[in-house]
Amino acid sequence: MSSAQIFHDSDADLGHRVKWWSGRVAVYGMLILWALICLFPIYWTLTTSFKMAPDVMKGNMIPWVDFTPKWLGWKSLGLSPDTIGDDNTVRAEFLKRFLNSAIAALASSLLAVVLGSLAAYGLSRFSYKFAWMRNSDISFFFLSQLILPPVVLALPMLVLYKELALLDTRVGLILLYTLSVLPIVIWIMRDQFSSIPTELEEAALVDGLSIWGAFVTIILPIALPGMVAAFILSLVLTWNEYFFAALLTSTYANTLPVMVASQTGSQGISWWSMAALAWAAILPLIVIGVVLERYIIKGMAAGAVK
Amino acid sequence: MSSSGDLLHVVTNDNIPAGRKAFGRAIIWGSAAVMAAVAVAQTLQVSGQAAFGFETWRPTLYAYVAWAICLCWGQVLINGEHGKRTLFVLPAALFVISLTVFPLLFGLIIAFSDWNLSSPTGRKFNGLDNLRQMWADPFYWNALLNMVWYVLAIIVEYAIAFGLALALNAEIRARKFFRVAFLLPLMLSPVAVSWMIGKSMLEPRFGPLARLARALGWDDPSFFGSPWIAKLTIMLMDAWTFIPFMMIMILAGLQAIPKELNEAAKVDGANGWRNFWEVTFPLMLPVSITAILIRIIFKLKLADIVIAVTSGGPGGATDTVTSFIFREYRDRSNVGYGTLLAMVYLVVIIIVMTLLMKLADRFTRPRT
Repeated sequence: MSSAQIFHDSDADLGHRVKWWSGRVAVYGMLILWALICLFPIYWTLTTSFKMAPDVMKGNMIPWVDFTPKWLGWKSLGLSPDTIGDDNTVRAEFLKRFLNSAIAALASSLLAVVLGSLAAYGLSRFSYKFAWMRNSDISFFFLSQLILPPVVLALPMLVLYKELALLDTRVGLILLYTLSVLPIVIWIMRDQFSSIPTELEEAALVDGLSIWGAFVTIILPIALPGMVAAFILSLVLTWNEYFFAALLTSTYANTLPVMVASQTGSQGISWWSMAALAWAAILPLIVIGVVLERYIIKGMAAGAVK
Repeated sequence: MSSSGDLLHVVTNDNIPAGRKAFGRAIIWGSAAVMAAVAVAQTLQVSGQAAFGFETWRPTLYAYVAWAICLCWGQVLINGEHGKRTLFVLPAALFVISLTVFPLLFGLIIAFSDWNLSSPTGRKFNGLDNLRQMWADPFYWNALLNMVWYVLAIIVEYAIAFGLALALNAEIRARKFFRVAFLLPLMLSPVAVSWMIGKSMLEPRFGPLARLARALGWDDPSFFGSPWIAKLTIMLMDAWTFIPFMMIMILAGLQAIPKELNEAAKVDGANGWRNFWEVTFPLMLPVSITAILIRIIFKLKLADIVIAVTSGGPGGATDTVTSFIFREYRDRSNVGYGTLLAMVYLVVIIIVMTLLMKLADRFTRPRT
């Protein structure tokens, strides 16, 4: 039990430790605070969908402690355990729009990835000359579509679609959604293809493949992660799209965001059912975000670093 | 935009028989002729000179699609291998041209006409009347001014995003959890967000944020009551959604900086703060500018939240150009005037973005 310490920390070392700890605390404090800011609205919406009116008024937050969860909100959507078997008009409406959203998002993302990948591959491999436009001009033409605000196209499209009987159809929405994500896909895929060495295709061409054969059998498998990233990113953007859907659809091809927005406007909102609806609308994206986070980050980081 | 990279050079000798070339030309021009014929027939019917029994303009659309397919096919028939290479870019180019250039030209016609979709009189040219109306419309100018404020808020968003990216790049545990948590706001649809935050959490009586504000001493928290507070709230909600986007771009940039640079700076005696300002920040300048430019582009499209939460109120304080035009159409079905406003907005955006890109280009180019 000797109290004599052999090694002493010098003051400088102790100072270092304090600084290190305060740095840690600051970093983790910031991270946890921001994580709370990000997650709390999602948590709040989920719990609200299980609350009754008095719970909402009292501002109870923690289920089973402050209040007992009830299926009230989900019942009004027809998605609670005891109503799931019955016929329900609200649920039919919800599912119809869910389907519309899913079809529009999936189809337009797929179309955009196909068109965009082909264009990006062509631009990264061959030199073109259409009239006065060379490769860099064509690239710029595609990417400049990003600047075009949707509102400029909205009203002319509305009138054109009316004439073409495309108003309130899924096809009409899919075309516009594809247009709106195409520049992003081309941006990501151009980055992806230019990182693949051309020797690969040269070897394939020597072995007797055609240029499309080389593209499909050699290049596509290598570029697949980039295509998945572009696809997921397009999916997120098109699933959330509201502006075109609100203008161009009315009864048949309505998407989920339009349903959420139309419920918001009505007075005397029943919080629980709105919360259930909002949560059901964002659930697919939360799943995608948690499971496929890697791809989304990859997609957004493309082009940031040259 | 000049990064053409490594190009693939392939020499092919095609022996394309004259008959095949002729066939290629024939289908391109033939389908073009069919399209022209259908279009003329429909125009005649619309102007009332003949009746073919068309109900919509669909036949012209189908003829156009057929022509586009023939054009792509014809490229291969006429040019062989070169045509196959053109085939990579042509579909996307045709798609974009038909969906933007057409509507834009058509929009120019609409913009200079008096056209109310709900009135029975239909469209008629009214010259520069719309322009004069716009000049005297205080709400449009107010919306444009609001856009300036909204864009300026990006500076604050950028600072927060940079701080978060630095924290995520530090040596921390549970990095994956934080990354997913920070990413989630970006994934949520703006309309759902505007209910979740704008309508429920900011509800002045029961919303948790209103409770928090009361606990902090703000007696009567109304987040959309006075013009500036409402504007600030919209900015905050939009920032909440889009900060992850900037954060991820900056994080990607941070991870691309070689560790040796920071170590060398440390050896040279730079402390954390100086290291940041003299090594990290200058290296991050190109990435930062890309992120901010893209963010500005997205910000200029801001509408969903405003439409769903405030519909421009109070007194137009939170209006964006897009939401203003949306209401102009919704409330008055005024297609002509709305289109003109959108066209003017497009011109303003193109000028501003060109200036900004020129400026950014000069700013990032290494000084000699």
